[in-house]
Amino acid sequence: MYAQEVKSTGKGVKAPEEMSVQERAFQARIDAGEKIEPKDWMPDGYRKNLVRQISQHGHSEVVGQLPEGNWITRAPTLERKAILLAKVQDEAGHGLYLYSAAETLGVSRADLIDDLLSGKAKYSSIFNYPTLNWADMGAVGWLVDGAAIVNQVALQRTSYGPYSRAMVRICKEESFHARQGFDIMMKMSSGTAAQKAMAQDALNRLWWPALMMFGPPDAESVHSAQSMAWKIKVMTNDEGRQKFVDQTIPQIEYLGLEVPDSAAKLNRETGHYSYSDPDWAEFFAVLKGNGPCNVDRLRARNIAHIEGAWFRDGLMAHAQKQQLAAE
Amino acid sequence: MFEFLLRMGDNTLVLGHRVSEWCGHAPVLEEDIALANIALDMIGQTRLWLGLAGEVEGQGREADALAFRRDAWDFRNLLLVERPNRDFGHTLMRQFLFDLWHHERLADLCLSEDDRVAGIVAKCVKEADYHLERSKDLIIRLGDGSEESHAKMQAALEALWPYVGEMFADDALDKKMAEQGIAPLPSSQKPRFDKALNEVLAKATLTRPESDFAQKGGRTGTHTEDLGHMLATMQFLQRAYPDARW
Repeated sequence: MYAQEVKSTGKGVKAPEEMSVQERAFQARIDAGEKIEPKDWMPDGYRKNLVRQISQHGHSEVVGQLPEGNWITRAPTLERKAILLAKVQDEAGHGLYLYSAAETLGVSRADLIDDLLSGKAKYSSIFNYPTLNWADMGAVGWLVDGAAIVNQVALQRTSYGPYSRAMVRICKEESFHARQGFDIMMKMSSGTAAQKAMAQDALNRLWWPALMMFGPPDAESVHSAQSMAWKIKVMTNDEGRQKFVDQTIPQIEYLGLEVPDSAAKLNRETGHYSYSDPDWAEFFAVLKGNGPCNVDRLRARNIAHIEGAWFRDGLMAHAQKQQLAAE
Repeated sequence: MFEFLLRMGDNTLVLGHRVSEWCGHAPVLEEDIALANIALDMIGQTRLWLGLAGEVEGQGREADALAFRRDAWDFRNLLLVERPNRDFGHTLMRQFLFDLWHHERLADLCLSEDDRVAGIVAKCVKEADYHLERSKDLIIRLGDGSEESHAKMQAALEALWPYVGEMFADDALDKKMAEQGIAPLPSSQKPRFDKALNEVLAKATLTRPESDFAQKGGRTGTHTEDLGHMLATMQFLQRAYPDARW
């Protein structure tokens, strides 16, 4: 999802008899559905996992401004431009909430940002794909935000209080994002032949990367078990992916577009759609930095940061002067 | 009247576009959010002004047709607002100079004898208040900030100064609007602008340039080279797919 490569403690889930008294009490609170708050005791592994997951999530929101920002200056009407701007502004706001949630765990936003800029921290692979035609603004809202919602709705139940509360706020805005994306897709797929071609092209390109957002298959997801036990993660990768496929394929049909997967088929007994495996080699290549836009995305963030240094320093210098004058 | 409305709407259209170019590239996340807010306000105001312009013209052109299907020579914005973003200091200084003018302009237009104009202004005034507050605050903090931020803001002021005079240069259309009680002469705003500007610059420890040379032409359709490039980007989809509805 927005945090696809969260390395956990690397060890399996501890059995109750291996746990200290504190750890056992902690696990009992989680099992009882209680929320953990910033000042509560927590195992180091829990804290580390959460910092990684929340910061990856935050970085995804921040980098996620770029693929949509790519079309703001070319939005075709004043209304579309306003809606897209408002949406991208929301993403920046989500970045802020999430960084704030991470800060409650004792890390600083400045350090988190340094890790993003140096390439040490990850963000969702989806934002390393380009947005090539206007229908991508529809497909990103519909598919990418749609996939994010599946995950984020589940994360409202996550065990860490500040993260869970951030998700409640974020989900409200995300559903508006997905709706505006679908609205663009409706306009495009019922428009001129060229518009319909744009819609199909956007769907073809973004379908597989959207499926990859949920992370590798459960069988290969080595870091999930502990996160699930701690309820940092509340749904497995495959569960989320299936849910997304099930809700999205009927929407593709409604739009009159072609599902980019010839194997996708409704199983009437289970009520679920079958689907082909995405190209996991591509997924891992993108995570390693070899997606079509990894270099450009990080470069854009680095330039913004470096060229904005004088601005941040200037404001600090002014604040210091004011403080000195007051003393 | 049509031309007057274009002058109002094109300013916010062009400046809103310039500001939106920053999306995702600002120096801090808070600025990404603030700039998106300002751009959104500007686009909202554009829809009101150009919407009314289309109505007054009576040729069936709506705000989008005016924004996306006119060429540069039909644009009536101030040259100031089409100046490129360059660094963040330029962007902030451009916004400040515009906000200072715009705020006063809207205050005067509140009293317009044309109810439609007064109605639009009533919706925009609060936003303009907020924009000016924010601009002033940042100009003061960065002018009186570090040595580097001071130098950047002074350089931006000097680079943009030749585009200030156009805001107060009356022409035949302005005189007509004044006679009809629609809008007072732009020159009548100048003393208030100067007073407010001097106050902010003093607090910001910035020096007001001495030259009163003014580049002009935007309000009658003779623009800088930059506007054409901006329109090529902004109007691309509407031009490339003229039959499509979006």
